[in-house]
Amino acid sequence: MSETLPAFNTHGVFAIYRFEIARAARTILQSLLTPVITTSLYFIVFGAAIGSRIDEIGGVSYGAFIVPGLIMLSLFTESLSNASFGIYFPKFTGTIYEILSAPISAFEIVLAYVGAAATKSIILGLVILATARLFVPFEIAHPGWTIGFLVLTATTFSLFGFIIGVWAKSFEQLSFVPMLVVTPLTFLGGAFYSIDMLPPFWRTVALFNPVVYLISGFRWSFFGEGDVGVAVSLAATLGFFTLCLVIVWWIFRTGYRLKS
Amino acid sequence: MDQITPADEARPPVRNTPVISVRGLSKTYDGGFEALKKIDLDIRQGEIFALLGPNGAGKTTLISIICGIVTPTAGEITAAGHNIVSDYRAARYKIALVPQELATDAFESVWATVSFSRGLYGRPPDPALIEQILRDLSLWDKRKEKIMNLSGGMKRRVMIAKALAHEPDILFLDEPTAGVDVELRRDMWALVRGLRERGVTIILTTHYIEEAEEMADRIGVINNGELIIVEDKATLIKKLGKKQLTLNLQEPLEAIPTELSEWSLALKAGGAELEYTFDVNDEHTGVPSLLRRMSDIGIGFKDLNTRQSSLEEIFVSLVRRPQ
Ligand SMILES: Nc1ncnc2c1ncn2[C@@H]1O[C@H](COP(=O)(O)OP(=O)(O)OP(=O)(O)O)[C@@H](O)[C@H]1O
Ligand SMILES: [Mg+2]
Repeated sequence: MSETLPAFNTHGVFAIYRFEIARAARTILQSLLTPVITTSLYFIVFGAAIGSRIDEIGGVSYGAFIVPGLIMLSLFTESLSNASFGIYFPKFTGTIYEILSAPISAFEIVLAYVGAAATKSIILGLVILATARLFVPFEIAHPGWTIGFLVLTATTFSLFGFIIGVWAKSFEQLSFVPMLVVTPLTFLGGAFYSIDMLPPFWRTVALFNPVVYLISGFRWSFFGEGDVGVAVSLAATLGFFTLCLVIVWWIFRTGYRLKS
Repeated sequence: MDQITPADEARPPVRNTPVISVRGLSKTYDGGFEALKKIDLDIRQGEIFALLGPNGAGKTTLISIICGIVTPTAGEITAAGHNIVSDYRAARYKIALVPQELATDAFESVWATVSFSRGLYGRPPDPALIEQILRDLSLWDKRKEKIMNLSGGMKRRVMIAKALAHEPDILFLDEPTAGVDVELRRDMWALVRGLRERGVTIILTTHYIEEAEEMADRIGVINNGELIIVEDKATLIKKLGKKQLTLNLQEPLEAIPTELSEWSLALKAGGAELEYTFDVNDEHTGVPSLLRRMSDIGIGFKDLNTRQSSLEEIFVSLVRRPQ
């Protein structure tokens, strides 16, 4: 009997992918219900209570205006926590030995972990979108772009999360970047307002915040208008994506914090 | 796309072809600690190789490097003819590892985690095989149990099941019987023998010397990162072993008579026993001449027995050299 060794370890990628999806399925309540409830609370507070006193922004009601920002906020945090935990936990428990000694390439490992994390966030993003639709009426101007930005952002932040998971040496470090960098940048990045509403000086400062570009592009796909042009948004998102790819490539080339 | 045909048929006609070859392997950990110093080692196809050495000798480091978990500082390794770095996929496809530390996923079921391992190593699902492995390891009743609900010994069996799930040709067992009860140890030995009969090459480490004595074809002793000896078990025992002849004397002696000073003798049991230690390799052991001389000078004995030094004694004498 002669078996052939395929050049791509499909079974291996699926094994990790399924494992990661199963992990989320075990905690389906946490994985889905928590973000949905949080988002609903945002809608009640910002959309209904405060939003009713805020004028339309660029012809869009405030309640609808915050939808893309809220989805992005969840997408960032969930992709980061999912992907970082996915790779950190085997490091923590020691089960990483099996991944490291398996006939599976770095690309396949990343594909499986990042793919699973991105899948989960995309599903989550769509669930939040559906939840939001229950609270406020809105139309999506460019649904193709909405999906495109959703997938690209989920993938990019899952890659970023993977990097954090490899880098982290403790559970504190694991939540450090999401809590202290990403969430503030998102809040300041126009999730809840247009940066046009800022005074000129702060507007310039805001343009240094990368998250502005990510949210702007996504919002453009909804309402046909964003803080910056869609091409700039797309370029920024792709740029961040490439940066993450390069770092991941470096991690596997050097074995950084994966191998001693 | 490069299609590689793994070497099932590479079970070579010459049994001595090394299935693993380690050349000039050194490892210095980040802190500057030199855990392995220029190791050269060949593992033969189909043998059981026992790697012995005191705590911190470098056994786990050596195994971890071959399996791809630790990066070597210098040296070349091939497994089943494939370089473990440049051709890692083909090499690792053949290798399985049961690490020393118990590391399992707490929330997964036994069945899921064993199936996971098979997939991870690129094999298509084979429920019948997984069932067989779980039955062999007495885990079948526990297949739906979450791993965290298993005892330590069962977890170790799960780790063995994971390693066997992808039908490896080369199996590394890093202290497989540490913290395992007597019965499971016997089962484990039977399992290892069964694997060897199927042609699997097995490299194991252990601190139970009698285990190596019982199981191994060849033995390597590693100390302070240096491989100090690699030898067939029988040869090792013969070469380094000493034999002892003990004579139970009829009358206790106060001291060894000068007539017997040619032989290296010692008085034991308050002079009631005379002990003669000699080298097995020495053709001319001097036992007959000793006995003749004793009867000449009138020392009688009631009983006698001979004893060969155990592997354990050999091991202790090897690693207890001055540093
Ligand atoms: N990740 C690491 N970083 C630094 N030093 C290490 C690391 N892993 C092992 N060492 C050191 O390398 C030496 C060899 O360790 P190793 O685990 O290979 O020993 P061993 O022979 O398997 O011992 P034992 O019988 O206790 O399992 C030890 O001195 C250990 O402290
Ligand atoms: Mg060890």
